[in-house]
Amino acid sequence: MLRYTLLRIASIVPTLAIVLVLAFTMVHAAPGGPFEDPRAVSPEVKARLEAQYGLDRPYHEQLLRYTRGVLVGDFGPSYRYPQSRVSELMRAGLSVSFALGSIAFIIGLSLGVVLGVAAALRQNRWSDHLLMAVSMLGISVPAFVVAPVLVLVFAITLSWFPVGGMQGTGAFVLPVIALALPLMAYVARIIRASLLDVLKSQFIRTARAQGLSTWTVVVRYAMKPALIPLVSYLGPAIAGVLTGSVVIEQVFNLPGCGRLFVQGALNRDYTLIMGLVIVYSTLVITLNLLADIAYGWLDPRVRYR
Amino acid sequence: MTVATVRRHGLLRHVLHGMTRSVFSTVCLGTLAIIVLMVFVGPWLSPHSYYATDLNAVLLPPTLVDSHWFGTDELGRDLFVRTMIGGRISLAVGVVATLVSLLVGVTWGATAGFLGGRVDHIMMRIVDLLYAIPFLFFVILLTVVFGRNIVLIFIAIGAVNWLDMARIVRGQTLALRQRDFVQAVQIMGAGKARIILRHIVPNLAGIVVVYTALSIPQIILLESFLSFLGLGVQEPMTSWGALVQQGTALMETAPWVLLIPSTLLAVTLVTLNFVGDALRDALDPQDSRR
Repeated sequence: MLRYTLLRIASIVPTLAIVLVLAFTMVHAAPGGPFEDPRAVSPEVKARLEAQYGLDRPYHEQLLRYTRGVLVGDFGPSYRYPQSRVSELMRAGLSVSFALGSIAFIIGLSLGVVLGVAAALRQNRWSDHLLMAVSMLGISVPAFVVAPVLVLVFAITLSWFPVGGMQGTGAFVLPVIALALPLMAYVARIIRASLLDVLKSQFIRTARAQGLSTWTVVVRYAMKPALIPLVSYLGPAIAGVLTGSVVIEQVFNLPGCGRLFVQGALNRDYTLIMGLVIVYSTLVITLNLLADIAYGWLDPRVRYR
Repeated sequence: MTVATVRRHGLLRHVLHGMTRSVFSTVCLGTLAIIVLMVFVGPWLSPHSYYATDLNAVLLPPTLVDSHWFGTDELGRDLFVRTMIGGRISLAVGVVATLVSLLVGVTWGATAGFLGGRVDHIMMRIVDLLYAIPFLFFVILLTVVFGRNIVLIFIAIGAVNWLDMARIVRGQTLALRQRDFVQAVQIMGAGKARIILRHIVPNLAGIVVVYTALSIPQIILLESFLSFLGLGVQEPMTSWGALVQQGTALMETAPWVLLIPSTLLAVTLVTLNFVGDALRDALDPQDSRR
């Protein structure tokens, strides 16, 4: 098992290297440079500026230099706002995104488990069908539809919460709901399916035959194996929350990394986007890996092949 | 998998029979058919075009007057036609990008599964490696670097969406390779390319149909996501994602600009997902949980 864990950890190095090289190469291939505008700078000044930022060096030297920077957490200057560093912008954004994402993650996960168990215990009754239909809606209807509709109903029509921004705790309620909803729907479906599977197995029948109550059977025996498929979904779930936050922060005007990403993309801030792609990818890949390793430790049937 | 044995002309009937068994999936299929029909025929029914602005008819709510059935936007463009045209784009991206990923994924998976050994190992390692990369961010980077261009979106989405298909097809091919009829044509001296194209690929039809159906809504979602962020189709052309974005900006004064395209997008995605699930149930009797 230790060997499996170590091998899995080692396997993310090439993936991260591909991410970095791919992002850098795509940005490098972009037409035009930061000092392209002929009115702004004369050719001599342009050459001096390029030399100062190392843009006159060959591709592999620039890549090496950038990689060295990334390894110590320096993603270079912003392309649009040369006076600020990309790493500073991202640090400010990450604190907002992290708060939003982790609250939504915890709420979505716990509510999803509760609803999934409830649906499984009422299999094929109308409450189960209703829950599953609603969860299909939660999965299918994208965040960028749910979020504006929530704003329209709860912020504009009912004025219960602010429309956007960061004023007070109330400002976080709608974004968290919009972000947690699809996660909750997915988790509920996964838990329902896996709990139904577990409830069919022999050891549950034995437990029931010994006269244990449904509650004891579910909580003490069925829940643990039923949660294992959920662990393998945690990786994609985290990726989903991260991409969801891109839309949510845009709709609710929250100054997180997601909004930074969209603004950067619309402004063509190459270095900022490159930095964010690398940070997001690293987060997704690392968290995926952690979920994988946890799965390996939890499920005795998984062994490294 | 029983589908492998269903003959090609029998597949459609088998599927339709399985799908129409339940009232609910029949309703979904019907709704979907109506949406597709509306999206393609709709623009011809209206006297308006999707790009003509009319500053005397700005932000009209849905009305029968002057046949602005879905109202107009802030430039006085007719929203019925724009919603239908946007739907064409959304559906077209979904179908075309799915076909691209289908082509790449099936070829890759069938080749790896059939050749086996070292080639299979290397090919699937590449898939594993790419699988870990969150490509959505790269698609955004791509639109930033090379400009926003609908063809690029088709190709980029298709090119990153083939990994699932490759994995599923490979697994299926590994099983098919052991079957008698494949070994028989092999003994008869058929070439590898011929066996893959003529004998393996047709037998993958069932599983491929299911995953195609399930991937179309995913891709429509991805395109709308990009368009919503302003990184997809460009004005005056539109898509459902772009219309939802426009509606978000106008929702305080003109909620219908948001609600109509949102509803259509949501209904399309929900029915597509249900149809995909129903297809899976119809084609895969082992999976009885859903």
